Amino acid sequence: MSTIEISPSPADEGIAQQQVVNDFSIQVATVNGSGSQTANLVLMRSIFQMGIPVSGKNLFPSNIQGLPTWFTIRASKHGYTARKKEIDFLVAMNTETANEDVMNLESGAAVVYDEPLKLNQLRSDLHFYPVPFDKLVAPVCPQPKLRKLVRNMIYDGVVGRLLGIDLEEIRKALFKQFGARKVKAAELNWGAVLAGAEFTDKNLRKSDPCRVERMNATAGKIIIDGNAASALGAVFAGVTVVTWYPITPSSSLVETMIDYLRRLRIDKETGKPTYAVVQAEDELAAVGMVIGAGWAGARAMTATAGPGISLMSEFVGLGYYVETPAVIVDVQRVGPSTGLPTRTQQGDMLATAVLSHGDTRHPMLIPCNPKECFSMASEAFELAEQFQTPVFIMSDLDLGMNNWMSDPFDYPTEPICRGKVLSAEDLDRLGGFARYKDVDGDGVGYRTLPGTRHPAAAYFARGSGHNERAQYSERPDDYVNNMDRLARKFETMRRFVPKPETEINERASIGVICYGTSREATLESRDQLRNEYGVETSYQRLRSYPFTPEMTEFLERHARVYVIEQNRDAQMLQLMRMELSPELIGKLRSVRYYGGLPIDARTITDEIVLQEGL
Amino acid sequence: MSTTVAPPPKRPNVNRIGLEVANYKGGKTTLCAGCGHNAISQRIIECFYEMGVAPWSVAKFSGIGCSSKSPAYFLNQAHGFNGVHGRAPALSTGAVLANHHMIGIVTSGDGDTASIGLGNFMHMLRRNVPMIYIIENNGVYGLTKGQFSATADLGSTLKSGAPNDLPPIDCCLMAIEMGASLVARSFSGDKDQVGKVLKAAIAHRGLSLLDIISPCTTFNDHEGSTKSYAYMKEHDLPLHELDFVPFFEDIQVEIPEGALREVELHDGSKLRLKKLDRDYDPTDKFGAMGAIHESNAKGEVLTGIIYVEAAKKTFADMLNLGDEPLATLPESRTRPPREALEQIMEELR
Repeated sequence: MSTIEISPSPADEGIAQQQVVNDFSIQVATVNGSGSQTANLVLMRSIFQMGIPVSGKNLFPSNIQGLPTWFTIRASKHGYTARKKEIDFLVAMNTETANEDVMNLESGAAVVYDEPLKLNQLRSDLHFYPVPFDKLVAPVCPQPKLRKLVRNMIYDGVVGRLLGIDLEEIRKALFKQFGARKVKAAELNWGAVLAGAEFTDKNLRKSDPCRVERMNATAGKIIIDGNAASALGAVFAGVTVVTWYPITPSSSLVETMIDYLRRLRIDKETGKPTYAVVQAEDELAAVGMVIGAGWAGARAMTATAGPGISLMSEFVGLGYYVETPAVIVDVQRVGPSTGLPTRTQQGDMLATAVLSHGDTRHPMLIPCNPKECFSMASEAFELAEQFQTPVFIMSDLDLGMNNWMSDPFDYPTEPICRGKVLSAEDLDRLGGFARYKDVDGDGVGYRTLPGTRHPAAAYFARGSGHNERAQYSERPDDYVNNMDRLARKFETMRRFVPKPETEINERASIGVICYGTSREATLESRDQLRNEYGVETSYQRLRSYPFTPEMTEFLERHARVYVIEQNRDAQMLQLMRMELSPELIGKLRSVRYYGGLPIDARTITDEIVLQEGL
Repeated sequence: MSTTVAPPPKRPNVNRIGLEVANYKGGKTTLCAGCGHNAISQRIIECFYEMGVAPWSVAKFSGIGCSSKSPAYFLNQAHGFNGVHGRAPALSTGAVLANHHMIGIVTSGDGDTASIGLGNFMHMLRRNVPMIYIIENNGVYGLTKGQFSATADLGSTLKSGAPNDLPPIDCCLMAIEMGASLVARSFSGDKDQVGKVLKAAIAHRGLSLLDIISPCTTFNDHEGSTKSYAYMKEHDLPLHELDFVPFFEDIQVEIPEGALREVELHDGSKLRLKKLDRDYDPTDKFGAMGAIHESNAKGEVLTGIIYVEAAKKTFADMLNLGDEPLATLPESRTRPPREALEQIMEELR
């Protein structure tokens, strides 16, 4: 194969032979802090506006400025939104990584690149499109200091023309991205898009096969990141106390929440906020404030990532024993310390399930997309108050920080329920209460809130041994009674936590179980297994811990079940082993990916094929 | 002729809200005989009773250590929360945000406050969280049997004779520097002064930091100790003679010119500070810090109201909290309407 000649003839003359329509991934390689995020989101949104299912994954370094970053946009007529391993269309803007980026491409891929990099000399089996970005940016951006930012917008014009994205959609997406208050900036950037488009029309000849065609698969959908969805969910769940300590990838969750709270939660009558947000001094204080506020009756939450979860460990155990509601969102990432803090992982599942010292078990809700981030915020608060215990929402960086196409969120239909809380009038009627007595047989006692105007309202909350009346006790029988009741409470939760999403295939002898953001890659992998290997599978996505009977039924139905997860140690599978019979444990197989990128379908398929001996 | 009149049945003493002192008591202490902490618990019982504060409007907090057991020994009719080591500031801050009508009272120790919980402590001060924070300061870890704490003085010794080779952290200095709006130091053996300082704290709106030297009779009441009863009797240097006039008992007194300073607290109660050997101004921040440094250099323990800023904004003010506690806001005020969500969905399309 020879180097593809780029002649200065108009683009419409050279349409490539085999077309790939609405089924490719674009990777933009840039330098962190160069303002490329806006250009990438505009590109993604313009494809979305053309009705084509799309996803965007930002692969960025732990750095503010200067290190390489990659943004991958996948357009898929099949609706696949998981990361695609193979890159079909590269935009090489980063001098540092350009050579390696090009060398990693599969044969036949396309490369838009900054002309002086001369990348076309590296390989002869790719479609190269050189663009003189610096020459193009100067006339459209008279202010030199803005050029670094505006420069990136040029590739939106180039890629738009090469792929057949309607320029009007790019314009729409761009003005939406900048918003009503930054019209001037939007206009400046739009000039850059046009410059890129014009250059392409005059100088580049389309030779790669990728292009878009309008579809109608995104009507009514929204684009949002999981953190913003979680934030909105909490705002609509009636959160009143929010504490946090900044940590990637959870910071934007609370930052977005602050914006929404300011907008939606200022009381019309009093003009006062119906919430308090505290940026705490560390995660220990953040969760301590949540437990104190929950104990005093607030709907309180915090958001963090793995290192924060570790720091919260002691307090969470106390919350479990004292029995205080709390909601903790864990936007999981790779760790610890400086480990890959900007890469994704489902790495805290095992540690969080049993977080703290002594015997502890914590409920976890596991959202797979922004819509669930939204709804699970309400579910978490309901469970936390119903069961008087800390509840975790196990999101991850891929879900939290990337933009996802989503169905719009449903307004909560259930009224807010504050659980078993006794008022002064209840106490008048009852004469008193025993805080930790299992009155209803569900393991959940009745509580009172501090400040309740009644001489019999008070109880003393403590981690140390206590009897049913919350009195200090070191008696073995009191301790055992309490522990058994806490275990009973956890058992009761199985009936109330979100049930798994299940699809039984009657012809399948093998099943796949996944959770959270492994969903999209798992569904795509099932199609690959069917289409490429003729293998049918049943599917289940776990949505919570403790597990529900549906999981056991699923395992009983199938000969082998692959548990797919994004960590090294098969953490969910280990939790399953803790309670399943040896016979069912024998059916479990493990598929794991832990490279820090969002899991992709091919990795799953290859592993199942290997283990099945296909 | 005389008739015998039966004496009226003896009515128990009640405070201004009709409660007896029994309503303010706690459980039986399990601390050592003579422990300064017990005296402080007793003062808390008396002061809340005498101030006529409903016990159920108080919430008690503590961390871990001997001091942190104290909340079980006063105000049984108040909710209590014995937290984890050093983290009572976080727990109480959260609870106060949920319901800022409660009077939060933390009893903590010097290990809890000045070592493991120093970070939380500093930020609580900085926020001027409206509550009372008492350090029952004895210079040792009692519950783990007598190791030095971070408030032990340089050169003071353990029971074994081993000297402390690190300088102490002065919690009052920290408190003034970081933003607490009432800072006092006292000595558990000075019943009168502890009571008045505590009442001032109850009347104050903002963070009251009371550093009360409270000797540990078991591990730190020996000759080499600077937190012993004997040492305190020798070195306690009151800044002023304190008088506290609660808002509900406004007694008019003739004040001789220049002999008295008066500070009005949030609820209308008044602190009257009678000059001793110097004219001390507790509203002068730099003066207060200077006075502590000077007395520390001389080995004296300055006691009294060291610093007060009665009108300082509290954390509740900074967060602009409304009158109704966040904890009990109804759904109609905490869940935005359906149209609000629809509007946002539209914006994201």
